[in-house]
Amino acid sequence: MATYDGLFDGLGLRDWCDTEAADGPMSMADLLAKTQGGGDAATSLRDLPFPSLDALHDACAAIPQSRDLTQGLETGFLGIRDALRVVVDPLTQPLSWALENMLWLMTQTPWWVMVPVLLLVTWAVARSWKVVGFVALMIAGLAFVDHYEVAMQTLAIIFVCAFICVLLGVPIGIAMSRSDRLQGILTPVLDMLQTLPPFVYLIPLIFLFSVTEPKLYGIAVILYAIVPVVRLTNLGIRLVDPDVIEAADAFGMTKRQKLFGVQIPLALPNIMAGVNQTIMMSLAMVVIASMVSAPGLGILVLRGIRNLELGVGLVAGLGIVVLAIALDRVTKAALARIDASQSSR
Amino acid sequence: MTEQTVKVSIRNLYKIFGEDPQGALAKVRDGMSKPDLLDQTGHVLGLQDINVDMHEGKITVIMGLSGSGKSTLIRHLNRLIEPTAGEVLVNGEDILAWNDAQMRSLRRETMSMVFQKFALLPHRTVLENAGMALATRGIAREDYEAEARKWLARVGLEGQDEQYPHQLSGGMQQRVGIARALASNSDIMLMDEAFSALDPLIRTDMQDLLLELQEELHKTIIFITHDLDEALKLADHLVILKDGAVVQQDEPQQILLTPSDPYIEEFVADINRARVLRVRSIMSREAPEGEVAGDVAPGDNLESVIAKAGGEADRVFRVTRGDEVLGHVSMVQVLRALVPRQAAA
Repeated sequence: MATYDGLFDGLGLRDWCDTEAADGPMSMADLLAKTQGGGDAATSLRDLPFPSLDALHDACAAIPQSRDLTQGLETGFLGIRDALRVVVDPLTQPLSWALENMLWLMTQTPWWVMVPVLLLVTWAVARSWKVVGFVALMIAGLAFVDHYEVAMQTLAIIFVCAFICVLLGVPIGIAMSRSDRLQGILTPVLDMLQTLPPFVYLIPLIFLFSVTEPKLYGIAVILYAIVPVVRLTNLGIRLVDPDVIEAADAFGMTKRQKLFGVQIPLALPNIMAGVNQTIMMSLAMVVIASMVSAPGLGILVLRGIRNLELGVGLVAGLGIVVLAIALDRVTKAALARIDASQSSR
Repeated sequence: MTEQTVKVSIRNLYKIFGEDPQGALAKVRDGMSKPDLLDQTGHVLGLQDINVDMHEGKITVIMGLSGSGKSTLIRHLNRLIEPTAGEVLVNGEDILAWNDAQMRSLRRETMSMVFQKFALLPHRTVLENAGMALATRGIAREDYEAEARKWLARVGLEGQDEQYPHQLSGGMQQRVGIARALASNSDIMLMDEAFSALDPLIRTDMQDLLLELQEELHKTIIFITHDLDEALKLADHLVILKDGAVVQQDEPQQILLTPSDPYIEEFVADINRARVLRVRSIMSREAPEGEVAGDVAPGDNLESVIAKAGGEADRVFRVTRGDEVLGHVSMVQVLRALVPRQAAA
């Protein structure tokens, strides 16, 4: 005798309920109730359960239990898994290659080649000896405590993922800035990507790919980190002075001329801020991604947690901080350079 | 005044802002007033039955207070705003029937525009801004440089080529704006409150510059302003706009001497008539009694006549152009003209 029996009897649905009476496995609550020998004691108003799926199921077997929902999601996903794989697998294969090759390149190149190359890249982006010196110091510090190789692995993953984020994110942002409808559709998706706990990305991905494939963590990092660059590209283009856009129209610019000659250059400071945020977020995700075989500093952090090796975890964690600061300074310096050349006011 | 070619012509132009402009248009044609339309249908009557001819080589000034629809009107000429009904004829052709490509070529080659807030491209140098119209047509930088430089020099901006707009003062930025419009080599120049954002001294300078350029180039200029002094100084033909409708349009001197309704009387009441009115507007053909005290030119303003008379009220002057005697003007006429009609009545 369950609380809501009366309801179904009253509605005359008893027959419909009983046709489905084939009993499924009992829930834990049912078992407990059975062992305590209760069950038909009249429930007082105080204990009235919320009419949830489980409570209704007690009264009417035709109503599914809540666990059927999660079960259904899982079987549903497993059902489309193979089809999804056929499409997604070849599409994302280049990501695996890119990650594998970048990892190979950055760990196999001798340090006395790799470090100067990195410093050269820093100079090209930031154009500031101060920043180059700072980055040199950071790399030297990491290498001095024998974290050079893991740091390079982390950097390799971030370079590949951030590059792909920009490659996909900027065009998506541009498309969003041009269509209010697309913005309306994508904004909730971006909100979801940003607020979904990062672990949750991993669950369906693990079902989809084998854990040894680099693209598994690559996709997780990209999904998590692409949001800021999309948002800020969209925002940056929408914030371009409407007077300037009007002038561009008045002089007969085509849409293309306007986009590449006016909108993107003027949105560049915002786009760069988005790139900076994207790099920072991919760094945050890289640690979580090491649970699914992403190499690098994250592995050591994970080891620190798993084996309670305080020192290992702390040093690797600080190593990530060091990388984050270096990457942030370099991209900020690039941003400042753009700002200085075109401060509009 | 002799008949000149009409370069741009606006015929029965209406602009209504709102959900259903066509429905609102029918109501306006049936005689509904602007406040009633807003009250009953939520539509804003922007422009109402505008008919203006703009003559080749002349400056047509459209004057009105803020909200009178003047900026909306000028944007109809190059279709930055689409009208609800009516025609816009450029060189006799109705441009409202034109497609995008035709409109682009009109904006690139026939009409250029100068903006109130300058609307220069902040990320381009002064030279690149001046050459913007040419670059938009697809002309390579080395080919437009000379032309852009020539016009920059013409507006008094030599040697500033490599500056960025934000490094220049407001007046200099607007000179770049004018150079940009001139460099496009278009016959028609639209100037939307081009000098309103400048301080009074610079504004006078820019007005003089414009008149000086016009002396030489004879462009068809459509100039928007809310400043009556500016309008009277620049206009060959003055159109006064109120609440989206034309109140009076004529030669500025005529508007001053014979205002058509109380709104304009009030408007012109604060004007320094001695400086604005010219001898030709008030002179009489036949010689009045009295001795001729000297010669004046038809273009002299009354201030200079009074100065010439030394304040004596009984002088008569002969109006001459070269050797030809055009008429006479007496100090009595001069003094009478200084009193606005409203006060005289």
